[in-house]
Amino acid sequence: MKLPVIQISNLTRRFGENVAVNNLSLDVEPGEIFGFLGHNGAGKTTTVRLLNGVYQPSSGAMRVLGLDPQMDGPALRAQTGVLTETPCLDERLSALDNLTYCANLFSLPQSEVKSRVHQLLTEFELADRAGEKVSGFSKGMKQSLALARALIHRPKVLFLDEPTSSLDPVAARHVNDLIERLTLSEGCTVFLCTHNLIEAQRLCNRVAVMEHGRLKALGTPAELTRKYIKRLNVELETDEGQENHALQILQEYPKLVLSAPALEKGVIKITVSGRDVIPQLLSSLVQAGISVYRLAPQEVNLEEVYFAVNGGLQ
Amino acid sequence: MNKRAILAIVNKDLKVVAQNKGVVIPIIVIPLILFVIFPWAMMFGPALANDSLGNTQSLESQIGQLMITMPAALQNEFAGHSITQKMSIFLLVYGLAPMFLIIPLMVSSVLAADSFAGEKERKTLEALLYSPITDRELFIAKLLGPWSASVVIGLISFLLYVVMVDLAGWIEMKELLLPNWMWITLVLWVSPAVAGLGLVVMVFVSARAQGFQDAYQTGGMVVLPVLALMVGQMTGVMFFTVEFVLILGLALWMLLITWLWQASKRFQREQLMPKG
Repeated sequence: MKLPVIQISNLTRRFGENVAVNNLSLDVEPGEIFGFLGHNGAGKTTTVRLLNGVYQPSSGAMRVLGLDPQMDGPALRAQTGVLTETPCLDERLSALDNLTYCANLFSLPQSEVKSRVHQLLTEFELADRAGEKVSGFSKGMKQSLALARALIHRPKVLFLDEPTSSLDPVAARHVNDLIERLTLSEGCTVFLCTHNLIEAQRLCNRVAVMEHGRLKALGTPAELTRKYIKRLNVELETDEGQENHALQILQEYPKLVLSAPALEKGVIKITVSGRDVIPQLLSSLVQAGISVYRLAPQEVNLEEVYFAVNGGLQ
Repeated sequence: MNKRAILAIVNKDLKVVAQNKGVVIPIIVIPLILFVIFPWAMMFGPALANDSLGNTQSLESQIGQLMITMPAALQNEFAGHSITQKMSIFLLVYGLAPMFLIIPLMVSSVLAADSFAGEKERKTLEALLYSPITDRELFIAKLLGPWSASVVIGLISFLLYVVMVDLAGWIEMKELLLPNWMWITLVLWVSPAVAGLGLVVMVFVSARAQGFQDAYQTGGMVVLPVLALMVGQMTGVMFFTVEFVLILGLALWMLLITWLWQASKRFQREQLMPKG
């Protein structure tokens, strides 16, 4: 059995009176894209800094790739890559200089520096402007370059801190595609901090939801949906003449069907108390001789789960 | 020790700073004024002033008073020269010596302000903190660039000064006035220590400053001790002899080593991380 890439146990970090990370415990498995969700001030960036040995914890323990960030910071950082919220590039230098500097900083073999820099510039579609100063680049180009820099030493764990927060939708899509493609090809584990829930839903295998430094929920999006979503919209299609009969049957289950069933354009729409009641309703309809052509729970998105976890909209 | 990473940071810092006009212009202009234009003004200025004002006697009495307070060895050096020549030799060979220390101090502090506070301001420091170098290597790398640049610029300024003073001295009195042992000791022994002290002060100012200007303005106070030396020299309270310069250097090196030792122990990359 493979050991988790990141192990966090009762981790706490205080800044004076403020507790930025509060008793956090979680594991991240090898190869997964792990979403670390929360709004601003939830403790996401502080956690990334702790996991890379930049901040010292107030209490608790953590291991990344089997190393203690506090004790083995340099050895650990040689195997991790971090894409910060702002690109942190030297804008007075060219894209080529930025990557070459970083390759030397991470002690890439001298013979490999040129080819690796060239490979990343090509892969990130920046080869044509390699010699230009970064100050003239668009935000999307800068973020792509910053991602290339984070990958220069082929990290085993990639920390992405709000990688698309300052980008327009097209540039954000481009960066997300790069993350997906590169994590597959480079085979690294990704720790994605974001408050972009659509991005998290698209990319992440599992997510953790943070609020004020505390872990509020942890699991796959499906697990969290099951746990936190207590109202589910369902669409039902039956034989044309059986719709009213179906409506009558559904009304017999007021504890399961939370809203009055409504018929719209040949489709019955109901709100049920959860995914687990669907088989029971289906069974009742079939036993009553209703021909069910389609019974489709509406896809729950991570945004609804997120607000449910945070006691918001649900 | 990760020498390659240290060298990469030093090279990058110097390359970046070379593109900042706000940093480069004072580094070029101030030595030019102090060590190229000033020596000629000092050599020919008093003679021109005397010719036009005819107040040789007043100048003579002032120089005479100053010379009484000078060590005997220095008084001998002035023997056989006219009053205006004495004035020029005093100003160029001794008077400006404390002022020379402004150069390493200014260069090291302006570069350190750019290297620490400037990087923090430009938000480029965070990526560096996620690199595999240790806190100590980071500390060394960040100091080494500004320090080596200030020592080199100090040397170049000194060479320029020697050329200008000797040119003026040759024209005015057919003498080569520099280099002498006091200046060589000052440039090779005291100046690197002063550069180091300027850096250490600026590192701590920068850790708390919001940006380059903020750090540079607060850190500007490091020139005050040099101005005190200058005033002391001009008023005859002290004189820059070889012995004095050797002892001054020793004291500064001891102070620097103590500060560096304490600073490197207290230095943590977390202090450089932008808040948020």
